[in-house]
Amino acid sequence: MIAVVGYYEPWWIQIVKAIVIFAVGLQLVPVVLLAERKLLGRFQARYGPNRVGPYGALQPLADILKLLTKEQFRPSTSVGLLFAVAPLISILTAVAAFAIIPFGNVQDIFGTRVGLYGIDVSIGPLYVFAFGGVAFYGIMLGGWSSGSKYSFLGAMRGAAQLISYEVSQGLALLGVIITSQTLSLTGIVTAQKGMWYIVPQFFGFLIFLVAGFAETNRAPFDLTEADAELVGGYNTEFGGGRFASYYFAEYLNVLVVSGIVTTVFLGGWLLPFGIHPPGFLDPFVVLFKMSLITFLFIWARATLPRLRYDQLMSFGWKVLLPLATLNTLVTAILVVVTH
Amino acid sequence: MSTHTEPPAGDAAAALLNVEGWNPGEDVIVVKRTPAPGPARSTWRTFAETLRGLATTFGRMLETPVTVQYPEEKTPVYPRFRGRHKLHRFEDVGGAGSDPAQGGLEKCVGCSLCAAACPADCIRVVAAENTPEHRVSAGERYAAVYEINLSRCIFCGYCEIACPFDAITMGHDYELSDYDRSDLIFTKEMLLAEPLERTPLRNEGE
Repeated sequence: MIAVVGYYEPWWIQIVKAIVIFAVGLQLVPVVLLAERKLLGRFQARYGPNRVGPYGALQPLADILKLLTKEQFRPSTSVGLLFAVAPLISILTAVAAFAIIPFGNVQDIFGTRVGLYGIDVSIGPLYVFAFGGVAFYGIMLGGWSSGSKYSFLGAMRGAAQLISYEVSQGLALLGVIITSQTLSLTGIVTAQKGMWYIVPQFFGFLIFLVAGFAETNRAPFDLTEADAELVGGYNTEFGGGRFASYYFAEYLNVLVVSGIVTTVFLGGWLLPFGIHPPGFLDPFVVLFKMSLITFLFIWARATLPRLRYDQLMSFGWKVLLPLATLNTLVTAILVVVTH
Repeated sequence: MSTHTEPPAGDAAAALLNVEGWNPGEDVIVVKRTPAPGPARSTWRTFAETLRGLATTFGRMLETPVTVQYPEEKTPVYPRFRGRHKLHRFEDVGGAGSDPAQGGLEKCVGCSLCAAACPADCIRVVAAENTPEHRVSAGERYAAVYEINLSRCIFCGYCEIACPFDAITMGHDYELSDYDRSDLIFTKEMLLAEPLERTPLRNEGE
């Protein structure tokens, strides 16, 4: 059954939602940025930023201000138009993917029914993967148009990595889709009323999470920006606002993956033990679960050393892909048998 | 983990290494590597060891950070720490022609041994004769000019060793940055003045 949107929202609600999602989404990024730097500090028995503002709370602001006031430069070997457009593609796809994360159920706000999500598409996961696929152009074009060998190598690695891990990620989600029998993300959340999918789909969860680390180019899979061998990877030649866009998109992607994991495996806005908080608390439940996953991202970054490139590829194709296929197969058989 | 075996003699080593026609001699130690891990051990390494690593970092997170918040907190220095130089006076006030407000006579007699010992050549001493009306040091002469260029000083402490009267010693101050190079040339007055002692001193056994 494809999710049926049983109501229509007035057009102005759509616009308000778009603005709210953009504003909230973009406010979350500096928080994650600061949280990462603070936590990385604590993981290494130091404090992290604590000079700018109370407890270093204004550090992201200072960083962004610094980046935005820097000179926009580009190498003479670069391709101007692509060089300017590539960071925009990265940030655009990240924001677009953020739009479908459901932050809560349909609420009655001043007599109108409003779903606490950008849009409830009937092809939820496909939408995510579509924009994930386009996001790779941001990295690829950025690296290629720089006209530098380091950027190019980083971009090629990024391309190979994204393609390899997207397969496993998709297969890991397939288990959930088979179980819930819907492609709508809100439908997947409501299907978890009895039990969150992290329990029956635990291996799917693990595979999705690991593939998510790779998809967002985060440690231990941050080979696209392996600074030991590639200077800075695909964004070596970028500075100022363009670098800020890439930086921003990276953290937004972390948030998107956290949101998808929350929605798909951790029951979205649902709470365990039959607790039903009032509807306006739904977004906070989702944000709390998202912050747990984001913490996992940072924790992994603080712990695991970067993989070698052949290890990355053999892990993706020889371990993750067979496991994901097996997970999907077993789920499919179980669903057919029990129905 | 690699294990060291007994050094096998010549041919035995070559046989162990599977090389023909190579005689490494008696002093070669053949290191035998452990075989590559099987599936079970690989899985253990991949998952259990990863979890162990995660547990370790989580434990570090719960600890108090070891950071010293530098401008507010300072690590105390050892008594023998070689910081900014100090010039000294005698404790007792006196000597004909000396200024009682300034304290005792200067220990420095302007012999320039410190300047001679200085490997960075950053000390400049110009000596002048003491007169009964104008007595600055206890010796025959005194340092009319005594300058240390701290932007060149390497803080080796040779001046301290060279000085026959313990007139110059190394202090404990290390916060010597300045906005101008010329401000780093410390004159006799600056070196004789009571130092700010911005640096805490490490106590015995600390």
